[in-house]
Amino acid sequence: MTSNLTHLQQLEAESIHIIREVVAEFDNPVMLYSIGKDSAVMLHLARKAFYPAPAPFPLLHVDTTWKFREMIQFRDRMVQESGFKLIVHVNEEGVARGVSPFTHGSALYTDVMKTEGLKQALDRYKFDAAFGGARRDEEKSRAKERIFSFRSANHRWDPKNQRPELWSLYNTRIKPGESIRVFPLSNWTELDIWQYIHLENIPIVPLYYAAVRPVVERDGMLIMVDDDRLELKPGEVIQHKSVRFRTLGCYPLTGAVESEADTLPQIIQEMLLTRTSERQGRLIDHDQAGSMEKKKQEGYF
Amino acid sequence: MAHQSELIEKDILAYLKSQEEKSLLRFITCGSVDDGKSTLIGRLLWDSKMVFEDQLAALEADSKKVGTQGGAIDYALLLDGLQAEREQGITIDVAYRFFSTDLRKFIVADTPGHEQYTRNMVTGASTAKVAVILVDARKGLLTQTRRHSFLVSLVGIRHIVLAINKMDLIDYDAEKFKRIEDDYREFAEPLGFSSITALPISALNGDNIIEKSANTPWYTGPTLLRFLETVQVEDDRAEQPFRMPVQWVNRPNLDFRGFCGTIAAGIVHPGDEVRVSSSGLVSRVDRVVTMNGDLDEAVAGQAVTLTLKGEIDISRGDMLTVPEAAPLFTRHPEAHLVWLHDEPLRPGQLYLVKSATGITPGRVTDVQYAVDVNTLEQKQVTTLGLNEIGLARLELDRPVPFDPYRENRDTGSFILIDRFTNATVAAGMVSEAVELESHKALLADLEPESGSTWTRRISLSELSATSLNVVDLTAEYGAFILEAPITLLAHLEKGNRVLFRLRDLGQLPAVALLAYEHNLAFEFDRTLEGISVLLFKRGNLPQDRVESDTGTGI
Ligand SMILES: Nc1nc2c(ncn2[C@@H]2O[C@H](COP(=O)(O)OP(=O)(O)OP(=O)(O)O)[C@@H](O)[C@H]2O)c(=O)[nH]1
Ligand SMILES: [Mg+2]
Repeated sequence: MTSNLTHLQQLEAESIHIIREVVAEFDNPVMLYSIGKDSAVMLHLARKAFYPAPAPFPLLHVDTTWKFREMIQFRDRMVQESGFKLIVHVNEEGVARGVSPFTHGSALYTDVMKTEGLKQALDRYKFDAAFGGARRDEEKSRAKERIFSFRSANHRWDPKNQRPELWSLYNTRIKPGESIRVFPLSNWTELDIWQYIHLENIPIVPLYYAAVRPVVERDGMLIMVDDDRLELKPGEVIQHKSVRFRTLGCYPLTGAVESEADTLPQIIQEMLLTRTSERQGRLIDHDQAGSMEKKKQEGYF
Repeated sequence: MAHQSELIEKDILAYLKSQEEKSLLRFITCGSVDDGKSTLIGRLLWDSKMVFEDQLAALEADSKKVGTQGGAIDYALLLDGLQAEREQGITIDVAYRFFSTDLRKFIVADTPGHEQYTRNMVTGASTAKVAVILVDARKGLLTQTRRHSFLVSLVGIRHIVLAINKMDLIDYDAEKFKRIEDDYREFAEPLGFSSITALPISALNGDNIIEKSANTPWYTGPTLLRFLETVQVEDDRAEQPFRMPVQWVNRPNLDFRGFCGTIAAGIVHPGDEVRVSSSGLVSRVDRVVTMNGDLDEAVAGQAVTLTLKGEIDISRGDMLTVPEAAPLFTRHPEAHLVWLHDEPLRPGQLYLVKSATGITPGRVTDVQYAVDVNTLEQKQVTTLGLNEIGLARLELDRPVPFDPYRENRDTGSFILIDRFTNATVAAGMVSEAVELESHKALLADLEPESGSTWTRRISLSELSATSLNVVDLTAEYGAFILEAPITLLAHLEKGNRVLFRLRDLGQLPAVALLAYEHNLAFEFDRTLEGISVLLFKRGNLPQDRVESDTGTGI
């Protein structure tokens, strides 16, 4: 809040403060690493918070088995470079049942592979705090969420009964089995994230940059054919287009945008000139009004 | 965001550079229920082109389904994002929204007007620098207008925009506007704001929000956005004496010992002297370490890691400051409390006190007064209930470094947490430290905590002959009864002195009982770690110490 710090310096300091507070007050924290740009920034901030020591918590990736292949490669590279311990969790029950975005629909699939998978992992390792890279500018129910967001033993969020959160004094107290989701990037906007990546030279998955990629048009979105599990429906043809992604998730559910932007400034330029919000590229939000709030109540990050 | 679109298209790098230089202003909207806070921010986001096409489509659909405007765009729905809020047409919890203009970046907290959700309003206010207080022009000042104004002044917001809203419903009447403005200035006089700027607006129609309205030719002041872009919020934290609460000690190996924290005030350089609040020891800063390289200087607001030249004992809970301006270091802060929970304050009950330096158990020993938010008059009370505001005295289990809140929001604030439910029950703002002599806390402390019916017995029989001189009970929590073996009593009988170390005052009766039963005297001392009580047979007391015994013993 000091006049001689730029707004990015202020955001950075706030995030580092939050990350350190978690380490000081929780026994067993974990950082959810989704491999996207927000995770990249969060991981960078975690390194900064504890430099020259390594960050004293592991990363957790809930792998739905449908991530872009380049994401997985990038993840493994980042883990090697940063020295973090990585835990990869797959909901094996879901895999055994053959749950996929094609056969079960995006809602059920996300619920089983992402939400259930996350809960399983948190329960198995008994994490009492989990960092997530969500921002308040992403969605209207996230705009309402605390930085330290309480979860019951069943991982439920109660939006009508959140703890007051004053100054930078975070209430970290929980009972056994309960946990806190911590969002160090709460006050960052999409532009802040990009600008910080630009200023700090933070590596991101190449899928954010435009390149010619094989895509099909489906439900009004451009879906990348990332492997041979994507079966073409009647009338669909694979096209090669210069595309990039504004957010990254499971490839069958993530829409690409046509773009030539292959440098960071160009990406930022494009982002500033577009008139749609980044979550539009995600299928799950469209399923029903208030769906994000509902998912969050049920334990989705 | 259409503002600098030309620069974005022509020279994105120059645009990014210009973005880096922008300042950040945090503000809130507050005021009574339905006065139009959410509508105002929705309109502001809309008019500054922060609403994307897909969000617009959703807004149009939502407005038809749950809007309060008979199907026309209901801007409040851009803010009221929870299902329950849409169903009831009110704001329940604070929404944080972000927008920027050519001059500034803004974080706005849209807070609920409903009294029931005051805690969420305080949440938003605690980090804001400017408050936009809305008033419905038809209704004038209401209790909530006053309550929010008082809260806003309490948390240290100095600049007020009095947005007199729904001017469209009173035909943009200048006289009515003036009357409300005058009422407000009179009410707010004792609150001592640096500035109050009254604006006639219509959140619904956009009058005087971004552009000057043709409906109010008599109004010559700035539009809301213009005001927010240009208001100078004083931040002199960098000029204040250096302080940094130690958040975490970073010790990856024996060669590195860094003290991590966010600088709460002042500037620090390598070579500067720093003082440790708990011990009073002074050392020098060796390096200011960051991943981007060591710094020559770090200022208030930055999160840094300091290494020191000498090895001195510092841990989380300490505060590093310049030696000349040490903080209060007290077990007895006096503070304004805003009670945030349905269950009222229970004086004497143990709560957890979380401040910038961590968690310390403590009690509220008494409430000096509560404030009537309508008249700002003080009234005598014994406790505080939901949404009540008052001045109270606390007793903490150990001394904690604080600054008066008016000097520093970060080092002068705390929250109270219920030990059983973990709920955040109050917000506290330190006004000063109370001298122990004037403090009437002891009786409350000596009463057993309500709810606990049995008292633990601690047998001292395990004490070996060598440790007979010191009995360390600082690891014990809560009250207990001591069982002293013959060996210990004989040891005392011979004229030896035994030092009891206690964690808190509640443990004192056990030692006092021992003294009473065996006809012993004791000397009481408050130390950094807690309490020391020296037990001895009176006849053996050295002559020169007799006097000091009379005052401090109980
Ligand atoms: N005519 C008119 N109506 C308005 C104006 N501003 C807001 N309203 C209406 O007043 C009602 C309440 O508006 P909100 O923005 O939800 O009020 P609020 O202050 O956010 O209410 P809470 O957050 O629940 O305290 C809605 O029906 C708005 O459309 C205005 O300038 N003129
Ligand atoms: Mg509202």
